[in-house]
Amino acid sequence: MPFIPHTETDIQAMLATIGAPDIEALFDEIPPALRCGELEKIPQGMSEMEVGRLMNARARQDGQPLCFIGAGAYDHHIPAAVWQLASRGEFYTAYTPYQAEASQGTLQLLYEFQSMMTALTVMDVSNTSLYDGASALAEAVLMAVRANRKSKSKRILIPRSLHPAYRRVVHSIVRNQGIELVELPFDMESGQTDSLVLEQYAGEDFAALVIPQCNFFGVLESVDELTDWAHANRMLAIAVANPVALAVLQAPGEWGEQGADICCGEGQPLGAPLASGGPYFGFLTCAQKLVRQMPGRIIGRTLDLDGKTGYTLTLQAREQHIRRSKATSNICTNQGLMVTAATIHMSLLGAEGLERVAAACHANTSKLVKVLSALPGVGPVFKGAVFHERVLRLPLETKDALRSLAAHNVLGGFDLSADYPELGNAVLVCATEMRSDEDIEQYRSKLERVINARIQTPCKLKPDW
Amino acid sequence: MLIFEKSRTGRRATAQAPLQLADMEGIPAQFRRRQSAAMPEVSEMQVVRHYTQLSQKNFSIDTHFYPLGSCTMKYNPRASNTLASLPGFLARHPLAPETHSQGFMGCMYELQEMLKAATGMFAVSLSPAAGAQGEFAGVAMIRAYHDARGDDVRNEILAPDAAHGTNPASAVMCGYKVREIPTGANGDIDVEALKGVLGPQTAGIMLTNPSTVGVFERRIKEIAGLVHEAGGLLYYDGANLNAILGKVRPGDMGFDVIHMNLHKTFSTPHGGGGPGAGPVGVSERLEPYLPVPMVAQDGEDYVWLTEDNRSESIGRLSAFAGNAGVLLRAYIYARMLGRDGMHRVAEFSTLNANYLLKRLTDAGFDAAYPERRASHEFILTLKRQARELGVNTMDFAKRLLDFGVHAPTTYFPLLVPECLLIEPTETEAQDELDRFVDIMTTILQEAQNDPEKVKSAPHGLPVRRLDDVRAARDLDLAWKKDR
Repeated sequence: MPFIPHTETDIQAMLATIGAPDIEALFDEIPPALRCGELEKIPQGMSEMEVGRLMNARARQDGQPLCFIGAGAYDHHIPAAVWQLASRGEFYTAYTPYQAEASQGTLQLLYEFQSMMTALTVMDVSNTSLYDGASALAEAVLMAVRANRKSKSKRILIPRSLHPAYRRVVHSIVRNQGIELVELPFDMESGQTDSLVLEQYAGEDFAALVIPQCNFFGVLESVDELTDWAHANRMLAIAVANPVALAVLQAPGEWGEQGADICCGEGQPLGAPLASGGPYFGFLTCAQKLVRQMPGRIIGRTLDLDGKTGYTLTLQAREQHIRRSKATSNICTNQGLMVTAATIHMSLLGAEGLERVAAACHANTSKLVKVLSALPGVGPVFKGAVFHERVLRLPLETKDALRSLAAHNVLGGFDLSADYPELGNAVLVCATEMRSDEDIEQYRSKLERVINARIQTPCKLKPDW
Repeated sequence: MLIFEKSRTGRRATAQAPLQLADMEGIPAQFRRRQSAAMPEVSEMQVVRHYTQLSQKNFSIDTHFYPLGSCTMKYNPRASNTLASLPGFLARHPLAPETHSQGFMGCMYELQEMLKAATGMFAVSLSPAAGAQGEFAGVAMIRAYHDARGDDVRNEILAPDAAHGTNPASAVMCGYKVREIPTGANGDIDVEALKGVLGPQTAGIMLTNPSTVGVFERRIKEIAGLVHEAGGLLYYDGANLNAILGKVRPGDMGFDVIHMNLHKTFSTPHGGGGPGAGPVGVSERLEPYLPVPMVAQDGEDYVWLTEDNRSESIGRLSAFAGNAGVLLRAYIYARMLGRDGMHRVAEFSTLNANYLLKRLTDAGFDAAYPERRASHEFILTLKRQARELGVNTMDFAKRLLDFGVHAPTTYFPLLVPECLLIEPTETEAQDELDRFVDIMTTILQEAQNDPEKVKSAPHGLPVRRLDDVRAARDLDLAWKKDR
């Protein structure tokens, strides 16, 4: 019996204490007609060795291709110490620190996390995480609608250049509360949010403007102007930021005259492996005046009976287990372990380490773009400056190009044609600090081969692979 | 001491970042950061020592008995972590093409199928990231179902007064009003009160079974009939699925939609507060609305189902495919248990709970529902001790910490005064349960002979009781350099 320690003697003694003839008798309050029989569709159990064999085969099956996809999940070096420490049973198998005296390790770590995130974003306060970047933005939108005292509006301005999956997630989560997302187009030349279009909305009633830095195309937005414009029009400014980029980019708390009001984003670049998309974590920081509208757990520093420093869950009156239907959010379990990893990760890298990682990603992507742009028909789509991703135009259908590259075990980027048909044959590429010059050359030579094959056999509908 | 306070200007963990600062001339000055972030500057060994020492200030399943009711703190098998962390799984980009994802997708498809079989539901989506997100998805599907039928007067979700706080909070996030149903003196829902509030405005009801008071809702079939007759749907909060795995299935009880907390029943780690995973299962009529993405089988291949081929879906709840790594851990656990292991989960968690309940009541504690069988958990009420000895539930909870036992859930559900919700789980041995009874007996004696000792507990932990009022009044939420 996997993981069950009972001996036959234990079982008999325990049943005798209870006064039940057998274990089955303990289920006598369940109406017999409801009982299920054997779970026939569930396979028989396996030993650790057998399941190990199965999982090793499955993991190998996916081949570990050379990856140039970013699009919201980035392949960074994770120091060996990060997961060795985060996997310690004392972190891995604890739960939400309800009993503060027995959870000071997790609580202090979370307080340190809050401190690091406020330092990185230059905002006043941070919570201890939400599920991921996209759902964190949804919570930020709900928070803005609650918090904006100058506007009763339930409309939000969201740029089309924001990650398409984020726009979908926000819509799924906020639509049932009657919140409407109004899409802002981008400038086809620069890739930035179109400031002329923005002016059309001046004076209209919106709760908030969402400002991604950088946007989905990797392009840097004019965040000072956007933030000031939002405030001039009585909107809150919600920043969506990549935490590694923040090591080198202007902090949201310093955008424009007053800074952004809320900042959120995907925490994955801080120590979480790609791992098929999760678990990651969403972060959320905000101005002091909004702290009581924040969703999720918040840790405070306080004193114990002897005047000794300690850490505890605080402002719990915002939360579902106290306020029930009047809570700021339904969130309960968050992404604690990922935050544990991120805190250790940030401690190891420090501001300078993160800056070096960010600079290396920027330089590598610039190199990749330069090398690929030497191929016929390949070149950047937008003129705007980028951080570590860029949109490239291809001389053949993106889907076909990526499929052929994948057959050579190269994942050549994110296909933009479904979400942005207006961009034509476009691909979003990313080379983090993990990609070497040889990797970049590998991509170039494979893409060259794919393009040449296409030029030589232009009528062929499907590539050879 | 905070990691920030161990910092020295210029100190670094040099091995962990690129050796040189690369050129950033492509980023114009107007976009650049003005001042480096105030992060700690420490060596690698300092980091390792600091966080190792912090970890030692935690109670955890690996180090302590952790009978936290409603949270199912059972042993988390090491194999689940090791195998889900194989390089091939960690390296897979969430947007990798299906050609390079068949191994991972196979695991996800089979997990969907096993969860369907274990719960008796028609279809399952794995995407919700936690129980509360599963609840949100479930209620959003209820709403999508009514909306699709043009039935837009249903604006009310019912939930027992003992429900988890997430239930009403999730219903409100879906735009519903919430009405509470009283729990009867025997722990079952007050069916007469339910009849009184069902009507054309009822969108659905959210129930946990066994309920949050730790007993099986015996009239569930009748309740399902009444709610369905009124045109409402039934939502199953899977927090207590551990109690009935392989014994009775939510689908057979008449539920239309459920969520499962894989970090409880399927033994993935709680991680100091997550990540969890909250897959949802539905009956046939709600199948079109399941959140995306899902995995389907197409001949020999596994394929993703997304917004593109599931137009009526309530949509996407996270950027990618939910907490995939947690799902892998649950899959590995499920494969190790197999079909026989699953019903043993219910059997031994129930055996442990009933044994512990009997021994504690024999030792002089009061059960909140003495006439009832315990499920996988049960409630003690310390009302008598609080009145007679002036020692309340929180005092007992804090004193337990001194004996190296994590406290059970306290003061939940709210309707039982001075309550402790105790869930031992199936992975604890009889001797550990006996030790817990001994400790509780000792604390009871202390409460009688030396109540101050209990009221001022804990005494042997890194800190004594903390000033929560001060924490909320003089907010100190982040370390600042100039403090």
